[in-house]
Order: sequence, then structure tokens, then C-alpha cells
Amino acid sequence: MSEIKKFKLTCIICPLGCPIEVTMEGDKIMRVTGHRCPRGYEYAVQEVTEPKRVIMSVVKVKGGIFPTVSVKTDKPVPKKLMPEIMKKLADVEVEAPVHVGQVIIENILGTEANIVATRPA
Amino acid sequence: MQNEYDVVVIGGGPAGLAAAIKSKELGLKVLLIENREFIGGIPIQCVHPGFGLHYFREDLTGTEFIYRLIEKFREMEIEHYTNAHVLEIIPHSYRHKILKVVTEKGLLNIMTKTVIYATGARERHIFEIGITGHRVAGIYTAGEAQTMMDIYGIMPGKEIVIVGSGDVGLIMARRFTLEGAHVKAVIELMPYPGGLTRNIVQCLEDFGIPLYLSHAVTRVEGRKRVEKVIITKVDENLRPIPGTEKELECDTVVLAAGLVPYLKVIEKAGVIIDPATKGPVVNSYLETSVPGIFVAGNALVINDLVDYVVEQGEEAAMGAYEFVKNEGLSTVKWKKLVKGRNIRLVVPHYVSEAKDVMIYARVAKPEENIKLRFPEIGKEMRLPFVKPSEMIRIKLRKRDIAKAEDKITMEVVPNE
Repeated sequence: MSEIKKFKLTCIICPLGCPIEVTMEGDKIMRVTGHRCPRGYEYAVQEVTEPKRVIMSVVKVKGGIFPTVSVKTDKPVPKKLMPEIMKKLADVEVEAPVHVGQVIIENILGTEANIVATRPA
Repeated sequence: MQNEYDVVVIGGGPAGLAAAIKSKELGLKVLLIENREFIGGIPIQCVHPGFGLHYFREDLTGTEFIYRLIEKFREMEIEHYTNAHVLEIIPHSYRHKILKVVTEKGLLNIMTKTVIYATGARERHIFEIGITGHRVAGIYTAGEAQTMMDIYGIMPGKEIVIVGSGDVGLIMARRFTLEGAHVKAVIELMPYPGGLTRNIVQCLEDFGIPLYLSHAVTRVEGRKRVEKVIITKVDENLRPIPGTEKELECDTVVLAAGLVPYLKVIEKAGVIIDPATKGPVVNSYLETSVPGIFVAGNALVINDLVDYVVEQGEEAAMGAYEFVKNEGLSTVKWKKLVKGRNIRLVVPHYVSEAKDVMIYARVAKPEENIKLRFPEIGKEMRLPFVKPSEMIRIKLRKRDIAKAEDKITMEVVPNE
């Protein structure tokens, strides 16, 4: 029988910040408690298997209303890829006009997430 | 008079835009005045997600959230000035106010029946939080750093110490780290973090940034640029304990030490201020003590969520609508909302049974397993916990308000 581990998490899905406890036996999830919605359950399972985050930044713009345009990943990406994605974004420069939702980089690092603009420029 | 409006909204951030949109929807003649060169306010520089979960039922970045409002505002062709500054609100008569406004066209006198004051908040600065030492380059407020980084693309520094663990401080810690700076520490005066727990997790713990609770930055040292800060432990009365000083080398200090409602213009008009919220005293229409002047958003009370700010903007617009329609709000019996046990602040200050009212409150200290109670109207609810960093927002129904005589107490009591 494999070892029983308990993970105490704080849900980051919404500002309520529910304290969630996940009980695992080896790689198997035995019990999830403390969440108040299905999204909290999903978050907890994801967090103990492969934590993911939405990444946000700004990239340079040529000829826009602001010198930068803000961007994010359109879905959460593995947390461990954060530094690599940020490095990629540092070299990006786009041409104005940019509209909200415009894809800046498709399928970043094979994550199936796109980098999209969140502010016009 | 050519320049005559039903409502003039001062401030083009989320509260002001929401107030202007709602006013126009209600058929009022509305003008919005913004002092920056663009409308949108602070969310324009908030590139992180977490906005709009209540209002749009979607997780948006601040920028995405505000552009939805801006687009609506533009579609409705609402009259507005940017680069304009209101110098003074002069109560002309019960039903009219005159605004002195500096605009690109020169000084204008604008006549209006009502004003919605939505100027947001200002950041607390270094002189307010007891930091001594050298006045060198490299000291910024969080908002300044955010404008530099996320609008203009300029990094304010490399080795950062952040003062204050409210959400603003935590989110800036993550932004700095993501952009390649090294956040040495976040320093918090109180024995508990100021921000939401989710932000402690995703902004500090994700990146291994240390959080010093019950600590203060007492001194900044450097010659031309910040070279180090001295941090000191504080006792339970928040006073620095001699002998506990520690040095942290850094080139930048970022102050995220809280916000204060920005009331410069409205104070001159004579509104009464609540020392707890540091915003105006208001009734359930969000009307201040000067009839016809309404207030919404962070100018009213410092909010956790932009969703609440927008809600208050719309509420103030409905108040202005009632005022214009009836030539003043009808006289009703106001019942005072009284702060009971462990309630630090609550708005609005006066409610009446004329309508349902959304109330926003904050507790003084964290507490677990409690009941939130309104004894005069027999209303109570159980909550697993309350924290000063998490605003309590609940609706009081008019039929409940009707049960009270002249006051309604709000209190937090242990759940036995």
C-alpha cells in the first residue's frame, strides 16, 4: 500500500479563497474536501497533478495609442513553463492597430494556449 | 443655459463610466469629466485577471473589463471631456450646482442638477507610513510602478522591496517577478496578510517571495538611488521594537500601503466625511450630506472588487435619476446603520424602507466560525470566516428594514 498524503490548498479560482484539502494515496486522489463549487474541485485536482496558471504580461507595440499592449494566455498553462513563456514575450513586438482578443502568438510552446491581447493599441 | 445637465459624472474610471452609462439609459442628460488624457481609470493598467466574475460572470483582466465599459460608453455617444479638471463644485441652489472646470477649451462654468463624484482613491505615500531616511530615486507607489511597467513598458528597478501586502502589493510582486526583477520581500505591518488568500498563493508562494508579517520598513538608505532599507519588527501596538532592525539591500521600494478616497473637490463643497471609511457619509441612494451630490466607487469606500465599484456607479445613477425626476429625493425616515461588534466600517450610513439596499462592510479583525447579525430586524447568517481584507456585501430587503425603529446594528458574534 502506498503512502497517504494530504495537501492543504487555497483555491485561487475566485476571491472566496476556499481552503481545500486533497487526500492522495500514491498517485490516486482519494478525497477532496472544503471546495464550494465544481470549479474548486477541478482546481484542486489540477493543482496536485499539474499546477497551471494564466500568465499575463505586456509586449511592445509600434505606432499604437500606448507603447505597450497587455496580453495573457487564453487558458491556464503549466506553471513550470512560466519563465520560458515570459522570455519569449520579451522579444515580441507587434504593429498597431491591435484589438482586444487578437492572437499575438498561436499555441505558445505547444501548450495549445494562445497569447491574446487584452487591451487595444 | 447651454451647459446645463441633469447629471455630471466626475471621473472616467469604472464607477464613473458605469454611472454615466446608467444615467444615459435612464434618459438623463449626462456629461462625464476625466482628468487624464484617456478614459478608463486604473483598470487600464491592470493586466492581471480576476475582474468581472460577478458583473460579467467571466474572469477578465482589468483591461478587458474596462474596455467592455468603454465600448458601451462610446456606442452610447455619451458627452465627455478628457484632460479636464474640476476645480470646484458650487452648490447654487437646492436643485442646481455649478461646476468650475478647466478644459482644453478654457475655463467652463457648467450647471447641473446632480453630480456623481467618482474620482477613485489616492495611494498612501511615504510620509504617511512613518518611513524615515534618504529621499533618493527608486521610491515609487505601486500605482506609479504599474503605470511605468504596464502602460509605458519601463522597468522601475531590479531588486525590489514591497511595502504592504494588500492585493495591490501582492499583484505587483508577481508582475515584477514575471518581468524579470527580483522581489526580495513583501513587508506587512499587521500580523496577517492584507490581501486575498488566493493572491498570497498565486503571487507570493508560486514564486517563493518571502512575506514578513508584523514588520515595518522604518528607514530608506542610499546616495543617489535606494541602496537598502531597514526593516524592524513591530509589537502588538504596531510600534517598532528596538534591536530587531535588519537590513535588506535593494534598489527600489514600492509602496502599496493602502488607498484613501480622493475627496479634494467634494470636501470643499461641504460633504460630511466618515472617519472610518474616509469617504463621505451617504444614504442608500449614495447621496452625500449635500443634496444632489452622489458618490460611487473608491471615492465612497475602498472596494475589493471592481464589480462592486460598477454596482455603486449604477446605484448612484439611479439616485441621481430619482433626484432629477422628483426635484430632490423624497423625505423618508432614515435609519442609521450602526457598527456593532467587530465591524470597522459600513456603507451606506443611512437606509430607509423605500428600497432594498446593498451594504458593504469590513470587519476590524479576522475571526472564524461566526454569525453576522442584525438584531433589530432579526436577520442573521453563519459564515465560516471573516477577514478585514474581504469586504462583506449583502442586500437588506425593504421589508426587513421596515422592522427597525430608528437604527439597524450590524455585528459579528461567535457562532455558538
